[in-house]
Amino acid sequence: MSTVEQTSAVEQHREPTPFQEKWIRLLRNKGAVVGMGVILLFIVLAIFAPLIAPHDPLEQNISIRKSPPFTESHFLGTDELGRDMLSRLIYGARLSMTIGILSVGISMIGGVAIGVVSGYFGGWLDRIVMRFIDIMLAFPYVLLTIVIVAVLGPSLTNAMIAIDISQLPRYVRLVRASVLAEKESDYVLAERSIGTSDLELMFGSILPNSLAPVIVQATLGVGEAILSSAALSFLGLGAQPPTPEWGLMIASSREFVTSAWWIVTLPGLATLLSVLGFNLFGDGLRDVLDPRLKE
Amino acid sequence: MIRYILRRLLLLIPTLLGVLTIVFFMVALSPGDPARVMLGERASPAQLETIRAELGLDRPLGEQYLNYIFRAVRLDFGRSIKTGRPVMQEIRELFPATVELALVAMVIATSLGILIGVLSAVKQNTWLDYTSMVGALTGVSMPVFWLGLVLIMIFSVGLGWFPTGGRIEVRLFFEPITRLFLIDGLIVWIRDGDSAYLQSAIRHIVLPAIALGTIPIAIIARTTRSSMLETLRQDYVRTARSAGIPEKRVIFRYALKNALLPVITVIGVQFGLLLAGAILTETIFAWPGIGRWIYTAISARDYPAVQAGVAVVSTVFVLINLIVDILYSVVNPKIRLQ
Repeated sequence: MSTVEQTSAVEQHREPTPFQEKWIRLLRNKGAVVGMGVILLFIVLAIFAPLIAPHDPLEQNISIRKSPPFTESHFLGTDELGRDMLSRLIYGARLSMTIGILSVGISMIGGVAIGVVSGYFGGWLDRIVMRFIDIMLAFPYVLLTIVIVAVLGPSLTNAMIAIDISQLPRYVRLVRASVLAEKESDYVLAERSIGTSDLELMFGSILPNSLAPVIVQATLGVGEAILSSAALSFLGLGAQPPTPEWGLMIASSREFVTSAWWIVTLPGLATLLSVLGFNLFGDGLRDVLDPRLKE
Repeated sequence: MIRYILRRLLLLIPTLLGVLTIVFFMVALSPGDPARVMLGERASPAQLETIRAELGLDRPLGEQYLNYIFRAVRLDFGRSIKTGRPVMQEIRELFPATVELALVAMVIATSLGILIGVLSAVKQNTWLDYTSMVGALTGVSMPVFWLGLVLIMIFSVGLGWFPTGGRIEVRLFFEPITRLFLIDGLIVWIRDGDSAYLQSAIRHIVLPAIALGTIPIAIIARTTRSSMLETLRQDYVRTARSAGIPEKRVIFRYALKNALLPVITVIGVQFGLLLAGAILTETIFAWPGIGRWIYTAISARDYPAVQAGVAVVSTVFVLINLIVDILYSVVNPKIRLQ
């Protein structure tokens, strides 16, 4: 690894590598930079939640319940049980980021593996896999996640599994399509003629050249996963009280639309902002990684 | 062309069979005992046995599955555990509510989405373009259920302009004609000269339709913009301009017509998603449609209802996608060759 870095450091003086060139183009994309900033902010909040949060997110104090924002020591006010809103939102970031990134990671790895193998070998294996994927895509996304959680039982882990399964088909399709295009290309034929094994060809040569659309999709997928887990928790199928999960916070705020706007709006704004971050970044990545859309 | 359509229709059969199979096993393998759900915790073992036999749950799983498939192809999904009524009858009564909501949401989304998309493309890289596209991206990132709550908070509770939920005021109950209340209201207005029904139906549908339409507006606007930008770069548009045809005419008569092709696909797909994905919006606004019904059925472990609801909604979803594909292949013959 270190030798690779050293060589690239030497080359830097002559000409930027393709990676550097893409990186520079990404940094010129305002949306992508803002998105990256937002994502970083939420990741920092998630990692350092115990250090940043001013209060314990579960600590109740009935005497100060439903205090509006800017009440002393409660910058964003308190909820119906007197818990500090800001601290709950910060801990909520921890859950949403974990679920978003983890569930997309799992379905991406699964989908990529299935897609590469299916596309590479083709034939009956490919036909069976694609038939199955078609059936999965016949279920509308939201409905599929809800039914899977209903079968597995409501919990945050099961919500994550449901999101994994529901997002899997799109990675399979994406990767399979690019593998089909790549596997007949000259460099693959050349490598095969010198006796490179199937496994090495699939994951060593073809996959790295097929990853760009997957990375874009995964970035956008994190935003979607955050939305889905909030939606499932909102329906009572994900996180359970008193977990400080954004969707659950929105659900329990329903009674307060007449009395406490901050309990209703803030968790939704946090969800919106984090998803927007991933979408901005994903859009910017697509512009850079997919030359067909380059303007 | 006909061969293409026939092939797609034939491929539909294994897909739908797969959907039915997955729905059956997901529900059959889920925890909980339907007989106990029906009779409650204090039922005696003998009572439970009787109900299980009645529902066919004492049979081997394979036999239950075959029974289910044979009945499902005849659209017979049995009776709801909760209400005792045939589930297909309940779906027939509820589906129009969902269709009506999705249609109104789609009308809003299509008109606004195309307008925003065209304007951003024509005014590319101006503040108008940037604002619209940031707005569109915000729309895609929106938790719809939260947007619904915020709309209720502002426009129902705060300003009192619209009701917080339902399809029509309870006191205005009437015998439904088409079950699309906007149409029913119109019929009543013409027939009896009483516009109260129509007014109430309109007031009830505004907020849920906006909430449901938000994501489609955003997606349609983005697609229209990029498709329009591509079309405006085409040679024939340049030729039209150089021939001195007024810019407005070039944009709306020449460019837009071709730019709308990919947008039509997106509209179709979004409509299918709305019919199926209105669960959250319907729950927030107490809209008595199929989405809310499926959700209630899941919570109540009403297995026949869940099986039927998911199967019907998925079938409609697949059919709409198929129609979109076929329409698209009619206007774009290149697709058929693949």
